[in-house]
Amino acid sequence: MITTADLRKTYRVRGRDVTALDGVDLHVQEGEVYGVVGTSGAGKSTLVRCVNMLERPTSGTVTVDGLELTALAGRGPRAGRGLRAARRSIGMVFQHFNLLSSRTVRDNVELPLEIMGLDRTERRRRAGDLLDLVGLADKAGAYPAQLSGGQKQRVGIARALAGDPKVLLSDEATSALDPETTRSILELLRDLNRRLGLTVLLITHEMDVITSVCDSAALMRGGRITESGRLADLLATPGSELARAVLPLGDLPAGRPDATVLDITFPGETAARPFVSQLARTHHVDLSILGAAVETVGGRQIGRMRIELPGRHDENAVPIGYLREQGLLVDVVTDRTEDAA
Amino acid sequence: MTWAEMQPLLLTATRETLSMVGTATLVALLAGLPAGVLLVLTDRGGLLQNRPVNRVLGAVVNVGRSLPFIVLMLALTQFTKWVVGTSLGWQAASVPLAVGAVPFFARLVETAVREVDGGLVEAVQAMGGSTWTAVRKVLVPEALPSLVAGLTTTVIAVVGYSAMAGAVGGGGLGNLAYTYGYMRFETDFMTVIVVELVLLVALVQALGDLAARALAHRGRGSGPVRLLRRRPAAVRTARAPHAVRTAPRGGTPDPGPAGPSEDGGAVPEPAASH
Repeated sequence: MITTADLRKTYRVRGRDVTALDGVDLHVQEGEVYGVVGTSGAGKSTLVRCVNMLERPTSGTVTVDGLELTALAGRGPRAGRGLRAARRSIGMVFQHFNLLSSRTVRDNVELPLEIMGLDRTERRRRAGDLLDLVGLADKAGAYPAQLSGGQKQRVGIARALAGDPKVLLSDEATSALDPETTRSILELLRDLNRRLGLTVLLITHEMDVITSVCDSAALMRGGRITESGRLADLLATPGSELARAVLPLGDLPAGRPDATVLDITFPGETAARPFVSQLARTHHVDLSILGAAVETVGGRQIGRMRIELPGRHDENAVPIGYLREQGLLVDVVTDRTEDAA
Repeated sequence: MTWAEMQPLLLTATRETLSMVGTATLVALLAGLPAGVLLVLTDRGGLLQNRPVNRVLGAVVNVGRSLPFIVLMLALTQFTKWVVGTSLGWQAASVPLAVGAVPFFARLVETAVREVDGGLVEAVQAMGGSTWTAVRKVLVPEALPSLVAGLTTTVIAVVGYSAMAGAVGGGGLGNLAYTYGYMRFETDFMTVIVVELVLLVALVQALGDLAARALAHRGRGSGPVRLLRRRPAAVRTARAPHAVRTAPRGGTPDPGPAGPSEDGGAVPEPAASH
C-alpha cells in the first residue's frame, strides 16, 4: 500500500548538509497498522512527511496505493494539482492536532470536505457521521479550545478520515497525550483499521504504542531502517534491538567468572511451557533467573528470559541443546571465562 | 465663539475627517492585507518562497513606513493632483493618507499572519489544499483577531495623520484646529476639537478591542460578545430571553473536575456507536 524505495532526504542547514533519510525502503501492506519507532532525530518524522510529500525527498520514490507520488511532485515547494488530488486520499493526524481554533469541531471536520468541493448539506451530513465514528457527536458545536487533548485528537482523526482515505498517516499522534488517553486513541485507530480496512502508518517514539496496535514495525536509527517486519517475528528474533526494547531484561550483571548467561526468546506456543523447571529437573542444573519479560503481541505471548547457568559455555552444551530442542531461541550472551582470558 | 457658531463647523470638519480616514482605511485594507500576506508567503520557507519579490515588497513597505507623513504628503502632491484633480480638501488628503496607511497596515498584517501556527497550513496541505486555500481558510481566519487589532491601530494612526493633512489644506478637524484654534486663538474651540479627537480615538480603540476580543475568545470562556455572534444560541435567545444568561450553550463541555479520563469516558466508545 505504501512503498518507499531508497528514499533520501538531505537538508541544508547553515551551509552544512544534514542527512535525515539515508536510503529508506519501507513496505506497508494493505490493511495493516505499521509502526515506525526510533529516538528523536532518527528521521521517522521526515519519513512520514515524505510519504504525502509535505517534505520533498531528495531522491528515491514514494508509492501510495499504486500511485507514484514522487513523480507527481512538480517543482518547488508547491504541490501541483495531481499531488493535491492524491493527498485527499491520504489522511494525516498530527502530534499537536493542528485544529483551527477559529472553527468549531464540526467546521474543522468539514474543512477537507470544503477543499474537495462538497456542498453544504453533504458536508454537514458527512461531518456528522465522522464525529459519530470517533464518538464526539455531542461536541460538534464546541471549539477546539473547549476540548481535552484526547478529544482534540479524535477531531483530528475524524478530519483525517473525511476524504475517505485508504491510508492514514499518524505523526506522533499520541505523544502529547497522557497514557490513559493514548490507549483510547490507539484503540480508536485499531478499530478504524479493522472496520474500514484502513492502512495506518504511525510514527512514534513509544514502544508501548508499537506493541499495543501494530502488526508490523520498523526501527529507525540515523535515517535508516535497521529492523523491520511483522512485529511477532521481530520480537522472536534473538539479538533484535526492537525485542530488547520491548522486552527489556535490564543490564547485564557483572556475573561470576565461572558462569554462562543465556538470553532465551520464547515465541508463541512455547511461552506457556515450564521449560525452566524441566531443565532443572532433567539436567540437574541450578540455574538462576536474571530477568524476564513477557508481552502479548497480536494475541500471541512473546517473552524473553535471561538465565545464568553454572559453568563455562562448553560445559553447558547439553542444557543449551535441550533448550533449543524445545523450540526456544537461545543466545549465549557471555562466556565470561573467555572474556577474562 | 459660541457653541452655535462652532457646531456647523465641527459637523463639516468631522464629516471630512471621517471621510478621509474611512477612504484611507479602506485602501489600507484592500492593499495592505494582500501585501502583508504576500510578505509572509514569499519569505524564506513560505509557501510561495520568492526572494526577489519579498525583497522588493519589503523595501517598498519599509520606505513607506519610514517616511514622516508630512514629507510623504508633500512629496505626493503631484500624484495627488493626478489622482483626484486637486491638492486641497479631504479628497486630496485621502491620497497620501492611503499611501501612508497601506505599508503601515501591511507590516501589522505580516506580523499577525506570521503568528499563525505553521502546522495548520501543513494540515491544509495534507488535505490537498492549495496555497490559496491555506490563505483563505487558515491564515486569514486564524489571524483575524490580530488583524482586527492591527486595523484598529491603523485607523488611529490615520486619524493622527489626517490632522497633519488638515493643517496644510486637507480639511477636517486638523484644519479646524489650525485655522481657528491656532491662527485665531480660539482656545475654547481648540479644547472642543481636542476633546472630540480624544473621544474619536477612544471610540475606535474600544470598538476594535471589542471586536478583536470577540474573535479571539471563540470557545474560550464566555462573555457578552458571545450573544452577538451568529449561532444557534441566538435563536434560542429570541424565544426565551430570560434563559440566556444561565443556560449553557449546547456545545460547551462541562467544566467540572472531569479528571484525566475525560476523553473516552464521557463519550460512547466508537465500537459501540455503530
